[in-house]
Amino acid sequence: MSTPDLLYSEAEDDLRAAVRSLLTDRCPAPAVLAQAESDRPYDPAVWRALGAEMGTAGLLVPDKLGGQGATAREVAVVMEELGRAVAPVPYLTSAVLAVSALLGCDTDEDAVARLLRELAGGRTTGTLVLPLPGTPGEELPPATVRSGREGTLSGEVRGVAGTLGAELLLVPADGPGGYGLYAVTATDPGVTVTALTSLDLTRPLATVTLDRAPARRVAEADRARSALRRALLTGAGLLASEQLGVAEWCLTEAVRHTRERHQFGRPIGSFQALKHRMAALWLELVSARAAARHAADALATDSPDIEVAVAVAQAYCGEVAVHAAEECVQLHGGIGMTWEHPAHLYLKRAKSAEIALGTPGRHRQLLAGLVDLPAPTG
Amino acid sequence: MTTARDRTAVDAPELRRRVRALLDAHPPADTGRLDFLRARFDAGLAWVHYPAGLGGLDAPRSLQAVVDAELEAAGAPDNDPRRIGIGLGMAAPTILGFGTDEQRARLLRPLWTGEEVWCQLFSEPGAGSDLAALGTRAVRDGDGWVVDGQKVWTSSAHLARWAILIARTDPDLPKHRGITYFVCDMTDPGVEVRPLRQITGEAEFNEVFLTGVRIPDSHRLGEVGEGWRVAQTTLMNERVAIGGGRIPREGGMVGLVATTWRDRPELRTHDLHQRLLRLWVDAEAARLAGERLRQQLALGQPGPEGSAMKLAFARLNQELSALELELLGEEGLGYDDWTLRRPEHVDFTGREAGYRYLRAKGNSIEGGTSEVLLNIIAERVLGLPPEPRTDKDLPWKDLPR
Ligand SMILES: Cc1cc2nc3c(=O)[nH]c(=O)nc-3n(C[C@H](O)[C@H](O)[C@H](O)COP(=O)(O)OP(=O)(O)OC[C@H]3O[C@@H](n4cnc5c(N)ncnc54)[C@H](O)[C@@H]3O)c2cc1C
Repeated sequence: MSTPDLLYSEAEDDLRAAVRSLLTDRCPAPAVLAQAESDRPYDPAVWRALGAEMGTAGLLVPDKLGGQGATAREVAVVMEELGRAVAPVPYLTSAVLAVSALLGCDTDEDAVARLLRELAGGRTTGTLVLPLPGTPGEELPPATVRSGREGTLSGEVRGVAGTLGAELLLVPADGPGGYGLYAVTATDPGVTVTALTSLDLTRPLATVTLDRAPARRVAEADRARSALRRALLTGAGLLASEQLGVAEWCLTEAVRHTRERHQFGRPIGSFQALKHRMAALWLELVSARAAARHAADALATDSPDIEVAVAVAQAYCGEVAVHAAEECVQLHGGIGMTWEHPAHLYLKRAKSAEIALGTPGRHRQLLAGLVDLPAPTG
Repeated sequence: MTTARDRTAVDAPELRRRVRALLDAHPPADTGRLDFLRARFDAGLAWVHYPAGLGGLDAPRSLQAVVDAELEAAGAPDNDPRRIGIGLGMAAPTILGFGTDEQRARLLRPLWTGEEVWCQLFSEPGAGSDLAALGTRAVRDGDGWVVDGQKVWTSSAHLARWAILIARTDPDLPKHRGITYFVCDMTDPGVEVRPLRQITGEAEFNEVFLTGVRIPDSHRLGEVGEGWRVAQTTLMNERVAIGGGRIPREGGMVGLVATTWRDRPELRTHDLHQRLLRLWVDAEAARLAGERLRQQLALGQPGPEGSAMKLAFARLNQELSALELELLGEEGLGYDDWTLRRPEHVDFTGREAGYRYLRAKGNSIEGGTSEVLLNIIAERVLGLPPEPRTDKDLPWKDLPR
């Protein structure tokens, strides 16, 4: 195994600066809260600027398929920034999960190549219709959607992220036509997307109901399964970077607040009880950054260590993000309990993200097998 | 003042006899809820450790459970304690400890029956953990006071008839010494209550603006300038009220998670199993510690040890509700309702898992943050030296702001 590159390249720093400046401008906390209170799942203008105009939607897609031909490392940097802003954009679901699933299909096939081209341009938004939580490395959930012989899909999938506002649905289905991954147009009359009330206000879930919806198969049987597994693995690995971004904002904000807020005639950040807590959080972030970078690099280089890298990143970063968000609320006192202050948006994102692609406990359990630390028997 | 010896006069059999007499005279089935509650208060069975004539019988506090169990078995209505927690847990012991006979007679009965809801006007935007820094002013005006200032995070202010209020009466004194404690009429035209929405979606607490609010001097609790000492009674009781209620094994948050665990075998994992067992043990040990504390405190006011219960309660509520979300998985990613509402009562274990997780975050902030409580234990229980302070002896008006 070669030594992973855990640093940020200059190009990655530039990408970060561009994404951050866009989000600072277009996605400040009050706008995120207003967005979350609206009926729209995200602001299409912000998503267009980020995905299409800046070209981040196609980072994982090769040049010849209309993408940027970049790697998971660059995507991870975008994810960090999106986490830092709790930006309500369908980046993880479209540019990571849907794109990775299609990249796992036969990209020489016209239909697959065409869909990838659309997603890479950021003009079409897609998602993978898998129920959350879904843990990479565990058995795929049995498909609740049936494929009919006449090429249509029927069934229901609950708890899917990124469907509200998406045009392309990638649906795993089973049936007489065999197991496969199917492409469905969300605007088809056979498709109903019902919003669910979600804990994460900035990444709402929905139930997808298909009633003889016309579908085109993009991968069959084992190919479909491996594409899904790869998508989940990529999603989980890159979610760690988003969790890092969430944690970073929370620590930065806690530090800022405790420097400014005075009680007992001094800044509350001058109390060692609080100082040490924030210093300890910073230590967690040091390791979280390394673990997230490691997962991104392993995905980018297709390292043989990829499964361990992703499980470590998820087992570690998920908890760090939640811890940072919980500390951020606590160190703000009463203000941190208010709807008006953005801390709760991060708390809700962090707790949901910790569950969505496998809890840290599940990832530790996977590691038991991967690194040969078996559970006690008997 | 009653002594420990007087209290032995009323024992459990005697209480059972009195409960039967109450039930005979006012059969719950044929008595209106309020009439029954008033009769119960007048029979001294509201809070048996309170003095006779004020809803009690000077009996040991621990015997309350006997009365509660008998009345529950008889299907008698209760006073919906979740709705009036601030009155029962904080205002009442303070009124009992510092009120005049007139104040006790006027205020305690409707407080206990729930006819009058209470709220607590303590915290201010600039005075949370450092409550003694508060700036709301009360100025003498004839036989009363005129109050101006802003309070914040006031739970139940939108429902309250009365508030316990602390305000600054002498800005020339050091901050702990120039405070006076009042009972504030929330229907005064100078009181304005604005809802503040919480991370749960609800507006459980409020901002309260006080503009030229008139308070008669007869509504002062304790001496002028003694407000900080009076407030200590409220705060100690608040901490016991939040964390110290008597609960059965698996009462509260741990019971909810245990039930989900038993009912939903398909959700179980090894990791969550170990965590749940650990928290179960912590919850049981904390419950026993609470029970033991109550036995020690059979009479008298709670001391700083009471803070330990609130600390344990906050941590357990937070960790258990977090575990429940992970256990539930798909359902844990959902939420029941974000609608902005002004709830009638506060229920830490109510609604669904997402609500409980978010609401539990407040448990380590309300009623004194966990950090402040740890400081209290370090300094007042362990006797560790306090942090060097520059703000204690300066006149309040000269403090840097
Ligand atoms: C749900 C809820 C309900 C409430 N209801 C009421 C109510 O009905 N009436 C009322 O009067 N108030 C109420 N409060 C207010 C509550 O008492 C205050 O929020 C609390 O005392 C903290 O004050 P603060 O919000 O100003 O935070 P701050 O005092 O600014 O504290 C911010 C952070 O600094 C820490 N900190 C402060 N000082 C120290 C120190 N010396 N050492 C170490 N750490 C320190 C705190 O622990 C906290 O983490 C409620 C609060 C909540 C969350």
